[in-house]
Amino acid sequence: MRPVLLIDFGSTYTKLTAVDLNTPRVIAHVQTKTTADSDLSIGLNAGLEALQQKAGPLCFEARLACSSAAGGLNMVASGLVPGLTAKAAQLAAFGAGAKVIRAYAYHLTREDAEEIAGIGPDILLLTGGTDGGNREVILHNARQVAGIPGSFPVVVAGNRAAREECAQILSQSAHPVFCADNVMPQMNRLVTEPVQRVIRQVFLERIILAKGLSKAQGLLDGILMPTPSAVQEGLTLLAQGSKKRPGIGELMAVDLGGATTDVYSVADGLPTGANTVLRGLTEPRVKRTVEGDIGMRFGARGVLEAAGMPAFLQLTGLDEETVEKVIQGFLLSPEALPQNEAEEKVDFALAALAIRTALTRHAGTLEEVYTPVGPMYQQTGKDLSGVKRLIVTGGALIYAKRLEEILRLALEQKDPLVLTPKEAAWRCDRGYILSAMGLLNSFDQDCALELLLEAFGKEEKDAAG
Amino acid sequence: MDQKTIVLGVIGADVHAVGNQILNYAFTDAGFHVVNLGVMVSQEEFIEAAIESAADAIVVSSLYGHGELDCQGLRDKCDEAGLQGILLYVGGNIVVGKQPFAQVEERFKQMGFDRVFGPGTSPEEGIQALKEDLGVA
Repeated sequence: MRPVLLIDFGSTYTKLTAVDLNTPRVIAHVQTKTTADSDLSIGLNAGLEALQQKAGPLCFEARLACSSAAGGLNMVASGLVPGLTAKAAQLAAFGAGAKVIRAYAYHLTREDAEEIAGIGPDILLLTGGTDGGNREVILHNARQVAGIPGSFPVVVAGNRAAREECAQILSQSAHPVFCADNVMPQMNRLVTEPVQRVIRQVFLERIILAKGLSKAQGLLDGILMPTPSAVQEGLTLLAQGSKKRPGIGELMAVDLGGATTDVYSVADGLPTGANTVLRGLTEPRVKRTVEGDIGMRFGARGVLEAAGMPAFLQLTGLDEETVEKVIQGFLLSPEALPQNEAEEKVDFALAALAIRTALTRHAGTLEEVYTPVGPMYQQTGKDLSGVKRLIVTGGALIYAKRLEEILRLALEQKDPLVLTPKEAAWRCDRGYILSAMGLLNSFDQDCALELLLEAFGKEEKDAAG
Repeated sequence: MDQKTIVLGVIGADVHAVGNQILNYAFTDAGFHVVNLGVMVSQEEFIEAAIESAADAIVVSSLYGHGELDCQGLRDKCDEAGLQGILLYVGGNIVVGKQPFAQVEERFKQMGFDRVFGPGTSPEEGIQALKEDLGVA
């Protein structure tokens, strides 16, 4: 036996998965309370004990961890034009596993600077201008950021002709500066990998330390990445496979949380219709978005606002007053599970509408344009209508009673111009396999892929949609 | 010499792609950095691309006769977006039917275009004009 330990320090629970590389198989999986307030290693040790009670004594070859404890990785992004570098910066930060608290475009004002000081991000990403393009705005913004009190690191990934000067301006402040290649070196071309590498490096070297997560370091070979990055790595491996073995192809995933909802797509998303022209920023094949206002508890109000009361009334069969009251109750006691029939109904509607909203925002859209040669379509974002696989995770879905129905409703898309999957076979990641295998990917790819295929690659009987 | 950047595209609901490719090739060959947005480009896209790329000129093509409608307000929007004084060119079959070119040119200049080119203009003419206006030797 060659056991490896994979750990996910979540905001509430620490999940431990022991894997045997020889067979390969998952030996055991346990969850304990995360102890980020005091010392992560307390919870980790409790988990290790529980794990060994289940599986007997294990001598681990490696211990790899990802973390979203202590708030995860919070970023602020700044770019020039909202639909271009500001959007590129946001997509790059999402892809690096961050939550983007706020994205700014054009010149940062003094008010913006004050707001950023209040947010106190873990990292600020500064972009703007294509290579050889606009320099003035990113330089202005670098000066504004340099004036913000605090010592959060700044990653500069804008016009390369302004990079050195930005770094110099910022080096005179308390903010450590890191530089990466431009996120949009040419018009509409997104380059996210270099900046994501730098963000991950900063996360490893500084954020983990700053959040006091390093106390657990002695027990592991290190916290490798933010949890969403691990999930994304797992999904990418599952979809694309390795050099030796093919994956299962294009897919999407949704992680429905209490406060936020993450959506991932691993798909080209190019136009499928003959009369369709792609507009704007070309989005990455592996794309992640985070809906900061969509969730089952703290994000419940956002779901109601986005989906509208009529949708809730239709799905619950309740009256407006009751829905309002139940949602208010969820906001006040986010830890509580549904206690009565009304709460269960609202919980059900929340799950379906949260996923539908998050998928809609992640996917691209079509716009019909009448031209002298007949109707044409302009596509913005990714066409995911042909994606046939959906993986769902997050406590609310893992323990949901009517998951099949929730997903069928979530995939109902009334607007034909929104390019969400039309029908998809789904799988539920109940054992947090995705993040665990995303971690294992760097250590033993073959084994990670094998276990992913075992969990998600089988004959899909439970098709929804 | 500093390489000059131009934003190129076919405005509106116009899908004529061939001329756009020829201009892209010709301007690039003449030493310009061309940000080509292709066909069916909105005014906003021209402006956003010009901002990010710090362009020296916006070169608008139109072949399908609706150019006059599509181009209205472009100069005002440029001013609003902070692109004061950016060079604006337009060329192609830019109006409906056959109208005296002098009148057409006058109307587009009223709209704020610096140069107006009629049907059958060779790429060289555009290149020459750009070099003159941008002070390229």
